[in-house]
Amino acid sequence: MFQLLDPAGRLRNGAKPPLDDEFVLEGLRWMLLSRAIDARATALQRQGRLGVFSPVLGQEAAVVGSALALDPSRDWLVPQYRELPAMLMHGYPLHKHLLNLMGNPVEGRIPDDVLMLPTQVALAAQLPHAVGIAWGLKLQGKDGVVMTYFGEGASSEGDFHEACNLAGVVKAPVVFFLQNNNWAISTPRQLQSGAASLADRAAGYGMPGVQVDGNDLLAVNQVSREAVARARAGEGPSLIEAITYRMSFHNTTDNPSKYQDPAELEAARARDPIARVQAYLKGRGMWDEKREQEFEQAISEEIDAAVAKAQKAPVPNRSQIFDNVFAELTPRQAAQRRELLGEG
Amino acid sequence: MPEMNIIEAIRDALTLEMTRDERVIVLGLDVGRLGGVFRTTDGLQERFGKDRVVDTPLAEAVIIGSAIGLAISGMVPVAEIQFLGFTHQAFHQMGAQLGRFRYRSRGRFPLPVTVRAPMGGGTKTPEFHPDAIEAQFVQYPALKIALPSNPYDAKGMLLQAIRDPDPVLFIEPERLYRKGRAEVPAEDYTVPFGKARIAREGKDVTLVAWSAAVEVCERAAEQLATEGVQATVIDLRTLVPLDEETIVKSVESTGRCVVVHEAPLSAGFGAEIVATLQENAFYSLDAPIARVASYDTPYPPASLESHWLPSPERVVRQVRKLLSA
Ligand SMILES: Cc1ncc(C[n+]2csc(CCOP(=O)(O)OP(=O)(O)O)c2C)c(N)n1
Ligand SMILES: [Mg+2]
Repeated sequence: MFQLLDPAGRLRNGAKPPLDDEFVLEGLRWMLLSRAIDARATALQRQGRLGVFSPVLGQEAAVVGSALALDPSRDWLVPQYRELPAMLMHGYPLHKHLLNLMGNPVEGRIPDDVLMLPTQVALAAQLPHAVGIAWGLKLQGKDGVVMTYFGEGASSEGDFHEACNLAGVVKAPVVFFLQNNNWAISTPRQLQSGAASLADRAAGYGMPGVQVDGNDLLAVNQVSREAVARARAGEGPSLIEAITYRMSFHNTTDNPSKYQDPAELEAARARDPIARVQAYLKGRGMWDEKREQEFEQAISEEIDAAVAKAQKAPVPNRSQIFDNVFAELTPRQAAQRRELLGEG
Repeated sequence: MPEMNIIEAIRDALTLEMTRDERVIVLGLDVGRLGGVFRTTDGLQERFGKDRVVDTPLAEAVIIGSAIGLAISGMVPVAEIQFLGFTHQAFHQMGAQLGRFRYRSRGRFPLPVTVRAPMGGGTKTPEFHPDAIEAQFVQYPALKIALPSNPYDAKGMLLQAIRDPDPVLFIEPERLYRKGRAEVPAEDYTVPFGKARIAREGKDVTLVAWSAAVEVCERAAEQLATEGVQATVIDLRTLVPLDEETIVKSVESTGRCVVVHEAPLSAGFGAEIVATLQENAFYSLDAPIARVASYDTPYPPASLESHWLPSPERVVRQVRKLLSA
């Protein structure tokens, strides 16, 4: 497993800092934002103001480290549902994300200039789409790359294998970013696959596969940049398996105490990805309590503003049920719409 | 007599049958340690072991496909798909394989496989989860389709499904899972397939439904009763086999019928009921047969689902229309 920072935040084997400190600081900011949103969204959900959602908690380095390798002006993001900071980094506004969670996808629509697909709940269904986008970019001579995310659970679906296989054949410029957080709801990693490493599967599709410490921001960013560069250079797809851990519930309806060993969660907390970057930056004189407070203050204000903006958005109305079904409704649908609105 | 909700009734049936028949094996996502996302299999793994209550890898097609093989090998699989909307990932294995094996093997390989899955909306679940796609499976004519709407039927029909020599898609009404407890016998009993349940009797109109829509019709019937209109509510229980006799008889006596379902209107199973009545009860009709269904759109955002799903109000309005026709 590739690693640059040990859990205490020290560079391994006297390695040189691979990234500019300011860049790492920016990564940390996104990670802190992600964690703060998880906390706020959980509170709002408990008050009944948000619908079901899945926190990123524990996986911030994997998501942020990989997304930092993308160029939002030409690269595409194809998410599952546990990659919120990557979506924000790609240009999706936070208040729109909140609107989706409030059951208002009309106002939560992805802006036209954000190269991103909606989150995908049907596991692994996004992977063939990612391959198609990448393939199409290649056919049109565009230099964009597609980064697609999925869990180790989703990687058991046929869609995963079919997508990787096609990507290998057409040398699609796509990065398959597998977040192995050890759980698919209550099902542990070892029940998903008999293989010792999920990254090893890449060999079967004719692409490189690498296992990386998913709680190590620097290491994740390095392997992601290599994969993106490879794709951009026309050398085809890659598979990255980020070893991380889901430090929270699966989603707000879940209660992990039913299936999770508390000792395992404790061990995961000792490998917290945020603490690791903070220790690293502290060692480089870039992080202290004062800075932490400034960051927290700014993040809290950013979230307040997004919540306020979301609350001001127009509420969904029933006529929207018939919007975007087709470019033009069939006569039967049009009649049903009139019935719903009491117009006939 | 003990009282159970639908979840408890299903768990009771599984426990009973796994105790009685060692060949029964439960498999699916999160059915073991967690006991299922709705707890229908809670405690079964502790009791029967990991070889009989199996947390599978996350792949619906192989859950159903391997259940076919398990049955051929001599086991009696009860496979769970976490939400009916995700049977599509296994659609070929479900319809074309499971619902055809006896036929294509010329009787050599009958498949006593049960596939359980919750269906339906009204609980603000995420996309795809609530899709009511039961009618799609009816087009595979060698798959039985059972949809209990209450705890008593849930237990008796599940025991019937597991013991049935042929494959059964057993669809559970998610919205009603914990809706309330009712008396359920502790002992072994089965509810035969192809026999509809008359949930309520009235002379003026027949309401036909299955799964959670039965409850919508019962609420509509209560409202209608306050207006002096007596409605019969028929719970079909199974779409395949279909109890034609009960619906035809009822419509012959009431002369009016509304079919109610949660699937979108077009090509829903309601169309099949209307055609059947048109063929068999035409001369008894006092008004055209009507349908109240969801609209012909994808399942809408959670915040709008109550406008999309058939409601008691829509059923009542439809009945009033028929009565004034
Ligand atoms: C095709 C499909 N089957 C089942 C589900 C129900 N489900 C939702 S999330 C989940 C577990 C996903 O695990 P993983 O892919 O590892 O992602 P994680 O939640 O760990 O991020 C399951 C089984 C689904 N959404 N889609
Ligand atoms: Mg996972």
